[in-house]
Amino acid sequence: MSEITSLTLYELIKNIKEKKISSNEAAKSFVDRAEKSKKINVYVTENFENCLKLSKEFDDKPNFDLKLPGIPIAVKDLFCTNEVRTTAGSNILNNFVPTYESTVTQNIWNEGGILLGKLNCDEFAMGSSNETSFFGNVQNPIAEDLVPGGSSGGSSAALAANLTPVTIGTDTGGSIRQPASFTGTVGLKPTYGSCSRYGIVAFASSLDQAGPMSKDVKDSSILLEVISSFDKKDSTSIDFKRNNYSSELTRNIKGLKIGIPKEYRIDGMPDEIEKLWKKGIEYAKDCGAEIIDISLPHTSYALPTYYIVAPAEASSNLARYDGVKYGLRSSGKNLIDMYEKTRSEGFGEEVKRRVMIGTYVLSSGYYDAYYLKAQKVRQLIKQDFDQAYNKVDAILTPSTPSSAFKIGEKSNDPVSMYLNDIFTVPVNLAGLPGISIPAGVDKNNYPLGLQIIGKPFDEQTVLNIAYSMEEKINYKNNITDWWMK
Amino acid sequence: MVVCDNIFYHMTIDLKTVKHISKLARISLDEKKAEKLATDMNSIFEFIEKLNELNTDNVEPLTSIAETKLRFRDDKITSENIREKILKNSPEKNDDFFVVPKVVE
Repeated sequence: MSEITSLTLYELIKNIKEKKISSNEAAKSFVDRAEKSKKINVYVTENFENCLKLSKEFDDKPNFDLKLPGIPIAVKDLFCTNEVRTTAGSNILNNFVPTYESTVTQNIWNEGGILLGKLNCDEFAMGSSNETSFFGNVQNPIAEDLVPGGSSGGSSAALAANLTPVTIGTDTGGSIRQPASFTGTVGLKPTYGSCSRYGIVAFASSLDQAGPMSKDVKDSSILLEVISSFDKKDSTSIDFKRNNYSSELTRNIKGLKIGIPKEYRIDGMPDEIEKLWKKGIEYAKDCGAEIIDISLPHTSYALPTYYIVAPAEASSNLARYDGVKYGLRSSGKNLIDMYEKTRSEGFGEEVKRRVMIGTYVLSSGYYDAYYLKAQKVRQLIKQDFDQAYNKVDAILTPSTPSSAFKIGEKSNDPVSMYLNDIFTVPVNLAGLPGISIPAGVDKNNYPLGLQIIGKPFDEQTVLNIAYSMEEKINYKNNITDWWMK
Repeated sequence: MVVCDNIFYHMTIDLKTVKHISKLARISLDEKKAEKLATDMNSIFEFIEKLNELNTDNVEPLTSIAETKLRFRDDKITSENIREKILKNSPEKNDDFFVVPKVVE
């Protein structure tokens, strides 16, 4: 048998159920490997001792009917975990220890999952490279000094480095799919309203969604089944009939219609992305899908829309960090001075930049020109998808316009960093499900991903197409454990 | 910045505006940081300008993707005796309250 840490979630569950591996053995393997992997900086907070203790308790009284029986899992540090520090990658929450649990993580523990620790991410999930984290950048296990993507960069790196069997991230503009694409892993952003936002540190509330990240498609289906639930504690949670995603997973996608949007063929897109996309189209055909050309005419307006809507909502959400009830407090000569110093010292540059943009577009006299305008364009973007879905069942695009870049390469140019999310942002604006699956490599052997976008609440079709294509693509990550040498 | 007929013409965000916005956002900025932010914000707004190309006069704004009505619940207390939990992360407190710098003379 191969090493415990390199097993997929499905294989690990199977081995635990067949009593070939104990929960404690699994926990030990992941903890040991993490101890040797400090260099890639995935953990903000380790929960190792507690994980080892809980895994032993599971082995003493196992329940194999659970969906994640005694499985150790590390999660993005944006999910509030009861009595375990939750920082959102920010200095302002450096000392924050929640007294409650997010619904999504609670769902995981209810099914037998055990917390390994909290994974690094861009500060308040604002970033595409994990470089905005107060706790330092994360190394991509693919190669040294390469970003793992962001904002769920600690999650994607931990997964690719075999430090957790599966993980969860959050995706506001691509923060699950882009890091998955950069690390040769699978990442799914569900339909808005599928997974509860309760207990997730808020960034842009009309866009934020939690979702699974995994080594293969089947694992994402297992984890989605666990985390997707209707929750009264989130006013935008939607009560719809959820599939048994893993048992309904099938590679039979014969006759499904897959749309190819011509507007995603952007100027200056590297040849290798174009080639990857063409290859993807051939794979989809081989799987039995019918390919149809479609148009999403407002695609080029998605990023400018996003960079009004997301900062506006962020500036409002982040108003709560004032040094009064929790988090960092800096001393000031009066209340206002205390607020201003706390926020100045507590927030990093990118967060300040976005709070400033958001405050500006919402300020008196500018609201109609920016925020209202953006909401109208958002409507047009959503209508593009509605119309496309009259003709097709799903849409196939590249996940990102490039492969992973070097640490530091884009950190001084916010706009070029934002362009990374060009293919993922429209999906958040329209609230749709989207998955990124590894589909090939570029000239440097860095992974490239393809994105499959589905109809609202149709995660099953998205997963099925991904599952079917995954078999044909047969991608394998080549991780050399360079950080241990 | 001039707003007319639903179309906006972006003008440079100057240092004075950046300082005003930082007051509204309650983030103190030194001169150098304010200058850097002005540069960044200008390049970002240049990029946002693109939305001007679209006529959106007759488009309904999309305010919520979920399209669900907010649910009502009974006006009942469901969690009691959580004072300690609420105060637990407070940077400064006495037994019963959050403590802030003096606001009345």
